[in-house]
Amino acid sequence: MNSIAFNAQVLNPGEARGEAMVLDEPLSFWGGFDARTGTIVDRHHPQQGSCVAGRFLILPESRGSAGTPGGIAEAIRRGVGPAGIALGKADVNVAVGAMVAAALYGVAVPVLVIGDAERARLRSGHLVEVDRDGHLRITEAP
Amino acid sequence: MSDTASVQLHERDRALLDGAEGEAMGLAMRVVLRAAEISGAARLQDICFAHIDACFYNGQAHVDFAQFMVDNGARLAVPTWTNTSLVSQVDTQLRPEKDDPVVVSGARLLMDLYERLGCEPVWTCAPYQLPGRPCLGDHIVGSESNAVTFYNSVIGARTNKYGDYLDVCAALVGRVPYSGLHTDEGRRGRVLFRLDRIPEELRREDLFHHVLGHRLGRVAQSRVPVIEGLPLDSNEDQLKAISAAAAASGAVSLFHAVGVTPEAPDLETAFQGRTPEDEISVSPAELIEARDSLSTGTGGPLEMVAIGTPHFSFTEFARLVPLMDGRRVHDGTLFYVSTSRHVVALVEKEGWMEILEAAGVQVVVDTCTYFTPAVRGCRGRVMTNSAKWAYYAPGLLAVEPVFGTLEECVESAARGEVWRDQRLWRDETWGVRS
Repeated sequence: MNSIAFNAQVLNPGEARGEAMVLDEPLSFWGGFDARTGTIVDRHHPQQGSCVAGRFLILPESRGSAGTPGGIAEAIRRGVGPAGIALGKADVNVAVGAMVAAALYGVAVPVLVIGDAERARLRSGHLVEVDRDGHLRITEAP
Repeated sequence: MSDTASVQLHERDRALLDGAEGEAMGLAMRVVLRAAEISGAARLQDICFAHIDACFYNGQAHVDFAQFMVDNGARLAVPTWTNTSLVSQVDTQLRPEKDDPVVVSGARLLMDLYERLGCEPVWTCAPYQLPGRPCLGDHIVGSESNAVTFYNSVIGARTNKYGDYLDVCAALVGRVPYSGLHTDEGRRGRVLFRLDRIPEELRREDLFHHVLGHRLGRVAQSRVPVIEGLPLDSNEDQLKAISAAAAASGAVSLFHAVGVTPEAPDLETAFQGRTPEDEISVSPAELIEARDSLSTGTGGPLEMVAIGTPHFSFTEFARLVPLMDGRRVHDGTLFYVSTSRHVVALVEKEGWMEILEAAGVQVVVDTCTYFTPAVRGCRGRVMTNSAKWAYYAPGLLAVEPVFGTLEECVESAARGEVWRDQRLWRDETWGVRS
């Protein structure tokens, strides 16, 4: 792969460009995530200590926490949220967090569903670009 | 996901999307519709009640969201009650504003905003203990996990577990995606748990219901469990214990108990005429293991007792008060009971508050002991009769939970050290054959 392009399902529209950060496991954005700094704090998460700010976050889904929308909206409000989010499967809590942040703060962080097969091909460091219609381009780091 | 045509909408739904009732109601409708698309619902379902959790402070975004709704003309479609808050409006000393001004003032403002939006300010995680609860078959919005499980299982009202903002948006438009536990298919029993190897006497103990719930959550995860062999006269406090423990340790949002809960008059009805996907004969050994996993602390000096998770009911107070009457919590031990304002008013009417105060018991309302700094500052052994409290405590607080019965909590508090009712902890009591 040098560069691939495909269409993703759009849960929240937005334009974004960012370096991929691939999470190996689902994440709770409440309890497992510090929304003040955009850092993963779940002690059991493989990417504990990583900061998602400005990165294109790739993850299977969020972990079943009702607090996930608030964690995402708060991180976006503080400017430490991800540039975009691509999920293995559709996730209501992630979508709602980004929708509310877009309405309140005018920051459109795209949330996409790319499926688990495409997700598995992505590596941290790849460049991810997306437009409002969900046209996604992934480029290997030079 | 631009294909909104796949979800059937009413005229008013479309008008809301078009902004006919303002920006706030438009956002609420967009959020509900997006949730419907994601869950694959073909249509929306009217609801008649909501219990929301977005009133629990979780950063400034929560305040901004509520403010946006209030400022832009949002109006609730159904009676909407509030879950616990981070702070108590009644006892401001529980979490003094000067110690944490941003969070405490934010949490207070959030409570004010939801009152202004028209919510019933009950501030409780056990809203089903208050008069005016929904009925069998009602479609509602629940958000707090134990309340969702209790409403679904014990009352037979229908709700999924709605996350932050979606809970409020659904209460505003009065509609939810018709999916999951709103549908008959979603409520079908999947896994059968038989209790025939567990002694009948144990099955009547409160402790057993907590332990069973904890085990149920672990094994069933998100599959609907059906319990066969629960005593037919299990009371609501015991069913609350199962609900809270199973929702905490797994993702159980609905369980059936044959002959006890309204959608399970018999096995066949609980499984809707189908065969269980899995059958489990609960063993004494697995219950003992589940029981013991709820205590990381062992015997020794006791720093605190924390009960009332979920909120203590009137009938639980009716058991606690005679146990405390004439006794005194040991110096150096704290005793907290979390409950709602509504239940406190009933307790005061009985003249019980004086007895509890004289005994050294502190009653916390509007919030939960997890969130009070006195508890957060605690580093020692904390005894609780709640499997849910014991399950979450090691992650949320730096304490060693010791799980036991209400009677053990009271006796331990009076002695200032962990006391065990040996009768209950013998292996034979749990059905192990010697």
